[in-house]
Amino acid sequence: MHPDPTFLQVLWFVLIGVLWAGYFILEGFDFGVGMLVKLLARDRVDTRMIIHTIGPVWDGNEVWLLVAGGATFAAFPGWYAAAFSGFYLALFLVLAALILRGVSFEFWGKHDSAGWRATWEWVVAISSAVAALLFGVAWANFIHGVPMGAGNVVHASLWDLLHPYALLGGLVTLSLFLTHGANFLALRVSGELHERARVLSTRVEPLAALLAVAFMIWTIAQQSGRGGVLVLAILTALAALAIPFARRAGEGVAFALTSAVITLLTVTFFVTLYPNALPSTTGRAFDLTLSAASSSHYTLVVMTIVSVIFVPIVLLYQGWTYWVFRHRLGRDDYEGPLNPIAVAERKFGGSA
Amino acid sequence: MNTLDFARLQFAVTTLFHFIFVPMSIGLALFVAICQTRWYLSGDETWLRATRFWGKFLLISMAIGVVTGIVQEFQFGMNWSLYSRYVGDIFGAPLAMEGLIAFFMESTFVGLWIFGWGRLPRKWHLASIWLVAIGTVLSAYFILAANSWMQHPVGYEINHATGHAQLTNIFSVLFNSTVLLAFPHTILGAFTTGGMLVVAVSAFLWLRGNRNAVITRSMRLALPFTLAAVLATMAFGDGQGRLMVDQQPMKMAAAEAVCNSGHGQSFSIFSVAGFTTNPCPNNITSIRIPHLLSLIEDLSWGGNIRGIDQIQAAERKQFGPGNYVPPVGVEYWSFRLMIGAGVLMMVISLGGIWLERRRRLEVSRRFQRLALLGLVLPILANWTGWIFTEVGRQPWVVFGLLKTSQANSPNVGTGDIVFTLAGYIVLYGVLIAIGAWLMLKEAKHGPEPDPGDQGAGEQPPNAPHSELVLAY
Ligand code: HDD
Ligand code: HEM
Ligand code: HEM
Repeated sequence: MHPDPTFLQVLWFVLIGVLWAGYFILEGFDFGVGMLVKLLARDRVDTRMIIHTIGPVWDGNEVWLLVAGGATFAAFPGWYAAAFSGFYLALFLVLAALILRGVSFEFWGKHDSAGWRATWEWVVAISSAVAALLFGVAWANFIHGVPMGAGNVVHASLWDLLHPYALLGGLVTLSLFLTHGANFLALRVSGELHERARVLSTRVEPLAALLAVAFMIWTIAQQSGRGGVLVLAILTALAALAIPFARRAGEGVAFALTSAVITLLTVTFFVTLYPNALPSTTGRAFDLTLSAASSSHYTLVVMTIVSVIFVPIVLLYQGWTYWVFRHRLGRDDYEGPLNPIAVAERKFGGSA
Repeated sequence: MNTLDFARLQFAVTTLFHFIFVPMSIGLALFVAICQTRWYLSGDETWLRATRFWGKFLLISMAIGVVTGIVQEFQFGMNWSLYSRYVGDIFGAPLAMEGLIAFFMESTFVGLWIFGWGRLPRKWHLASIWLVAIGTVLSAYFILAANSWMQHPVGYEINHATGHAQLTNIFSVLFNSTVLLAFPHTILGAFTTGGMLVVAVSAFLWLRGNRNAVITRSMRLALPFTLAAVLATMAFGDGQGRLMVDQQPMKMAAAEAVCNSGHGQSFSIFSVAGFTTNPCPNNITSIRIPHLLSLIEDLSWGGNIRGIDQIQAAERKQFGPGNYVPPVGVEYWSFRLMIGAGVLMMVISLGGIWLERRRRLEVSRRFQRLALLGLVLPILANWTGWIFTEVGRQPWVVFGLLKTSQANSPNVGTGDIVFTLAGYIVLYGVLIAIGAWLMLKEAKHGPEPDPGDQGAGEQPPNAPHSELVLAY
C-alpha cells in the first residue's frame, strides 16, 4: 500500500536504533548499578562508592533516550504520536520512575541523616528496577504490535500491554541490565565490593541468559517465516548463552559481552519492526509503516546534516568523560568527606 | 471541564513547574561560572567559596529542572498526538537539535564539573562550568525557536496530500523574527532570576547576622548583574510588544483590554474584567489614562488602535466563523503582573546599588527585607510571561493553522489525564517541597567561614556538615 521507505527514512530508522542501543548499553548499567545500591552495599562507604561509579555519567546517558525521543519526533512524527499516546499510562510510569531516580542521586547526599539516605537508596533501587522492566515491556509490545485502528490511533489500556510475552520481555531487560550493571561495577571498584559484584553477576547471568533465550524463541515463533528476525534472534540467544563463560576470559570481556547482547537485542527489535514503525494487531492494513510515519524529505536532509556534524562531537566528549573517570574506586577514597575545597587544595597547593 | 481542558491544564501545570527551575539553572550557571572564573584569574579563595556555595543551589535547581524536562520531551506525543502529527515535520527538528546539541553538552559537563574537582586540570574544570552555562542557553534557544514557530509560523507549506504542515526552510524557523526577540527576553529574564536569587539569599544571610566575605562579594556582583539583566529584559519585551501588534494583534488588544477600536486610546491602569468572558466584556470597569496607549503603541497622540471588535471581525473573515478572543482578564493581568514584577526587581537592584555607594547596604535591614522578595518576583514574572504568551495564543495552538481543540490525543480519556495529572502534581509537589527545603538549609548554613574567623555564622565550621559536599 505504502511505498518502500526511502534511503533517508531507512537511515533515520537505523539512527534511532543506534540511539536506543546506546541508551540501553549506557543506561542499562546505570539501572543495574541503581539496583545494586540496595543489593550490594553494606554501609555508607559502599553506597557512596556504588553511586560514584555512575555519578558523573548517568545524566549524560539519559540524554540518549531524550534524543531518541526527539529524533523520533523529527523523523517519524506519526510514530512518536501513535506510540506515546497509545502507551499513555505505561509511559507515565516510566517517566515517574526516571524522575524519582534522577533526583534521588542528587538528594541522597544533601542531608545528613541515616533515614534520609535509606529512603533515597530505596527509591534509586526500586525506580531503576521499574524502569528496566518497563522498557522491556514497551519494546516487546512494539514488536508484538498493538491494537491500532484507522488514523493510526492506538486503543490499548495499560492491562492490554501487560500480556505474558511483554512481561517476559520486561524480565529479560530487568535481568540483563542487572547483570550488566554488576559487570560494570566489578570493573569500576576494588576490594570486597568488587568481589560481591562479581559473585552477584555469576548468580544472575544464567537466569538472564535463559530468559533471553526463551524470549528469542517466542519472538521467532511469533514472527514465523522472517529470515532476518530468525538470524538475529539466534545470534542474540547464542550471545546470551555465552555470558556465563565470558567471565573466564576476563571482566572486561564479560562487560563487553553483556553490552553485545544488549546491542543484539536492540537490533532484533528494529529488524523485527522493519518496514513498520508500529505494527497493528487489529489488521495488517492498519500497520503504521515507516514511510507513512515519516516527515518530509527536506526535514530528513536537515536532520542528517545536523547529526553528521554533532554526533561525532558528542561521542568524543562523552568518551572523554569515561576516560577522565576511568580509575577504579577503592574504599580509602571514600572514608573521609569529599570536600572539593580540600581536594583542590591538596592538588593545587594553598590557593589564597 | 472536558478532556481537552484537562489536557491543557496538565500541560500548563507540568510546564510551569519546569519553568520554576529552568530560569534558576540558567541564571545560576552563568553566575557560578563568573565566580569560578574570578577564582581562576585571581587565586582569591573567597571566590572559590562563592563558587561552591552558589554551586549547591545550581545543582539542586538543575536536578529538578532536568527531571521535569523529561516529561516535557514526551508529553507532546502523549497528550497532543494530533498536534505532533500535524507539526512534527517542523517542530520535531528544533527539539531533536536541542537534545543533540544542548542537552548532551549540559548534562555531560555538569557531571565533569561536579566530580572533576581536583581530578581535572583547573583550566578544564573551569571550561566545564562554562560549557554547562552555554548548554543551558543553547537549549533555551532551540526550544524557544520551536515555541516561536507556534506563535508565528514561518518556513513551511501545507502538504495537501496529508494536510500537515511541512518544513520548507529551516533557517526561517531558526531565525524567526519572533524568536529573535523571545530568546533574549527569556534568557535575560533567566539571568534576572539567577541574580535576584543571589541577592535574596545574601540579604537573608545578612539578616541572620552572617558577615561572611562571600556574601558581600556575591551581593556586589549580583546587584549590577541583575540590574543590567532586568533593564535589557524590559527593552526586548518592549520590542516583543511592538512585534505582537503585527503578528498577534488580538493578544495585544486583550492585554490592554481595548474592546473597541478608536483613535487616541486611553491606557488602562486598573480594570476588573471577567476572566473567561468572551467576546470582549462590556461590563469592564477601568481606570484609564487618556491617550497613553496610543502614545505607547503608535507613538502618536491620536493614533488608531485596533480593538478586539475589529480584530475579531477580521479574523472571522480570514479563518471562518468562531471566537478568536482569548480570555481578556488573564491577558490583562498576566501582562501587568509580569511588568510590575520586572519594575519592582529593577527598583530593588537599583536601590541596592545606591545604598552600596553610600556604604549602607550591609546595615540597611529595610533593604534586606525588601530583597527577600527576590525569591518570588522572578518566578512570578516568568510564570505570568508564559501564561500571557500561551493563553493569548488561544484558541490556536499554532497561530492561524491549528486550533487547540483539534490538537489533543483522541485516544486519551479524561480518566487517564486526571490520573496522571494528579500523579504529576503529587510528584512535583514533593520535589518542590524538598528542593525548597534543601535550598533553605544550604542558605541557613551559609558559605564556608572566612579563614581564621571561627565565630562567623552560628554553625561551627565544616564538622557536622561534612557529608554536604557538592558531589553526592
Ligand atoms: C527558556 C528555556 C527553556 C524552556 C522554555 C524549556 N526548557 Fe526544558 N530545560 C531548559 C530550558 C528550557 C534548561 C535550562 O536547559 C534545563 C533546565 C535545567 C537543566 O538542566 O536544563 C532544561 C531541561 C530539560 C530537559 C532535560 C535535559 C537533560 O536531561 O539535560 C528536557 C528533556 C527538556 N528540558 C525539555 C523541554 C521541553 C520539551 C520544553 C517545552 C515545553 C521545555 N523543556 C521548556
Ligand atoms: C517550546 C516550548 C513550548 C511549547 C511547544 C508549548 C506548547 C503548548 C501547548 C501544545 C499547549 C497546549 C494547548 C493550549 O492549551 O494552549 C500549551 C499550553 C500552555 N503552555 Fe506552552 N509551550 C511551550 C512552552 C511553555 C513554557 C515554557 C511555559 C511556561 C512555563 C508554557 C506555558 C503554557 C501554559 C500556561 C499553557 C496553558 C494555556 C491554556 O491552556 O490556555 N508553555 N503550550
Ligand atoms: C517592562 C517589562 C516587560 C515587558 C514590556 C515585557 C513584554 C513581554 C511580552 C510582550 C511578551 C509576550 C511575547 C509573545 O507573546 O510573543 C513577554 C513574554 C514573556 N516575558 Fe516579559 N516583559 C517584561 C518584563 C519581564 C520580566 C522582568 C520577565 C522575567 C524575569 C519576563 C519574562 C517573560 C517570559 C518568561 C515570557 C514568555 C516567553 C516569551 O514569549 O518571550 N518579562 N514579555
